[in-house]
Amino acid sequence: MRAAMAPSSDLDLLSVTKKFGSHSAVDDVSFSVTQGDFFSILGPSGCGKTTLMRMIAGFEHPTSGDIRIRGKSMVGVPANRRPVNMVFQSLALFPMMNVGENVAYGLTCRGVGKAEAEQRANRMLERVGLKGFAERRVTALSGGQRQRVAIARCLVLEPTLVLLDEPLGALDLKLREHMKIELKQLQSTFNTTFVYITHDQSEALVMSDRIAVMNQGRFEQVGSPRELYHHPATPFVASFVGETNRWTGEGTGGTRIRLASGGEVQGVELSHAKSVVCFVRPEAIALSSSEESLSSLPNRFAGRVSAVLFDGANSSLLVEAPGFEQPLRAVLPQAGPLAGIEVGAPVHIGWTADAMRVFAA
Amino acid sequence: MMPARKLALFLLLAPAVLWLGLLILLPHVEILILSFSERVGPRVYAFGLGNYLEFFTEPLYWRTFARTAVMSILVTALTLVLAFPIALYIARVAQGRLKAMLLLLCLLPFWVSELVRTLGWMMLLRETGLISYLLQRVGLASQPVEMLYNDGAVILGLVYGGLLFMIVPLANALESLEPSVVEAGYDLGGSRWTVLRRIVIPHATPGIVAGSIIVFMLTVGNFATPVLLGGKNGLWFTEQIYAQFITRFNWPQGAAFGMLLLVLSSVIVWLGLRLSGQSLGTTLRQA
Repeated sequence: MRAAMAPSSDLDLLSVTKKFGSHSAVDDVSFSVTQGDFFSILGPSGCGKTTLMRMIAGFEHPTSGDIRIRGKSMVGVPANRRPVNMVFQSLALFPMMNVGENVAYGLTCRGVGKAEAEQRANRMLERVGLKGFAERRVTALSGGQRQRVAIARCLVLEPTLVLLDEPLGALDLKLREHMKIELKQLQSTFNTTFVYITHDQSEALVMSDRIAVMNQGRFEQVGSPRELYHHPATPFVASFVGETNRWTGEGTGGTRIRLASGGEVQGVELSHAKSVVCFVRPEAIALSSSEESLSSLPNRFAGRVSAVLFDGANSSLLVEAPGFEQPLRAVLPQAGPLAGIEVGAPVHIGWTADAMRVFAA
Repeated sequence: MMPARKLALFLLLAPAVLWLGLLILLPHVEILILSFSERVGPRVYAFGLGNYLEFFTEPLYWRTFARTAVMSILVTALTLVLAFPIALYIARVAQGRLKAMLLLLCLLPFWVSELVRTLGWMMLLRETGLISYLLQRVGLASQPVEMLYNDGAVILGLVYGGLLFMIVPLANALESLEPSVVEAGYDLGGSRWTVLRRIVIPHATPGIVAGSIIVFMLTVGNFATPVLLGGKNGLWFTEQIYAQFITRFNWPQGAAFGMLLLVLSSVIVWLGLRLSGQSLGTTLRQA
């Protein structure tokens, strides 16, 4: 009903559940993806995201619930009749065909004539930057080129929806960073709705318009990358998306929280809960060599550097402070005065009250 | 160091060299020489092409030869068609113990000698056999039905004997097909038939060719099955070779027939490889 009234959504899932025996791989999941969105489903391995994607593609069938594409129910529609195409984790290019035949395959399946299919495949290859590759064998391509063939093979069919199942997993780091940007650009030039599944939060954060965080068959939160990062709705989202410091403690009835390891920290919300979890992002922790410069911060601690994790612009420090069981992680700006700090040096750390997220555990 | 290594290499290679040399190369050279010797008088032989000329001038010989070639190709094709779904099931559907069980079931008949297996078929097919009896009991036949001693019986027996040798290389080839490649075939809009024709069969081609070569060679060179199930109508070329060597005691003629059969299977295998675009190397790896 909802889907029929909102024609701008390309994909609607209504209370989709998939059971294998008594185990629910996907448990009552509902969401909508608007036309032209880059939508990611982010979750650890085994959270059910692959099953969810296979149900959208038509390789698995939901135990209950409905999957609608542009308002049309897909229940009972086989995979080869759905306006959905998938980029597989292994890419699954056809090794028995050359690049051009791979891209033209879907068109010939639809009954497009051989000459026209070839022409359209060539045009598509040109658009993804593989002009003149049609005669190559797929085994003779680099990882990034294979990726583009896999996407071209889908896009040439002008599907309503492209599903991507962790297609960057097999690439090396440098190429993966490059492909993230390329995928996002492809998606916006073609203006096709992408549903991307991944366990890599940075892939999801960089590329997506919206992200659903999935855990144990359920959606924990659906939102923009910024929302998820800055306003996680659950402890799982807070710890899964981005780096974070995590402590357990108990509420005092006020805004202060007594940590299990002895320290006391200041939040913004009143907390009565017996046990709570608190999260602070490493970049929210200010570092200073003098205590005075942090005097405006309600959370201030003196500590000692226990490790310097140098990683260029992503460098951080681990700081041991009394009252904390684990060293705290704080981002170390490489342009700042502390850039050359060594292990063992004393350092002052602090953060604002609203930098801390507190959840009842 | 070096001599010791050479000796080790020599010892390792020796069984293979002896096997090939003594059991395969030497007899064939012997047969080749023999096939070119004509009897000019009692115990007097001369070099000549007479044995080969005899083959082309006597219609029974070359007709039997052509018949053997055509029927062997037919048997190979039938075996392939029958084995493909079985291999597909074993490779892609069956899991774990079921898979092992099914392969064992295919292997089981080969624990019995070929002769006994063929005699088993005779018991089923003969006039007083089980099938004839059942047909009469059900009322589909009013008198005993003879199903032996015709081409159908020969083909049946040969297909039965070749099935295993087709299933194993086919199942091997199909097993290496990545499941996601098949799924991608459907996902991009392919029907079952399209996926089979454009993805599964091309992937299985090395296995198809390997199985076909093995089955074809076994069939062309088979002796017991056509003789027992075909009787006088069997007319298999191996029977002619047997007759020349054993009944007529005309070894040079038999040797010429033997060489002709070798040439026949080599040419057909070569043609098969050419037509399917496979090389012998990849095919052997699959078998």
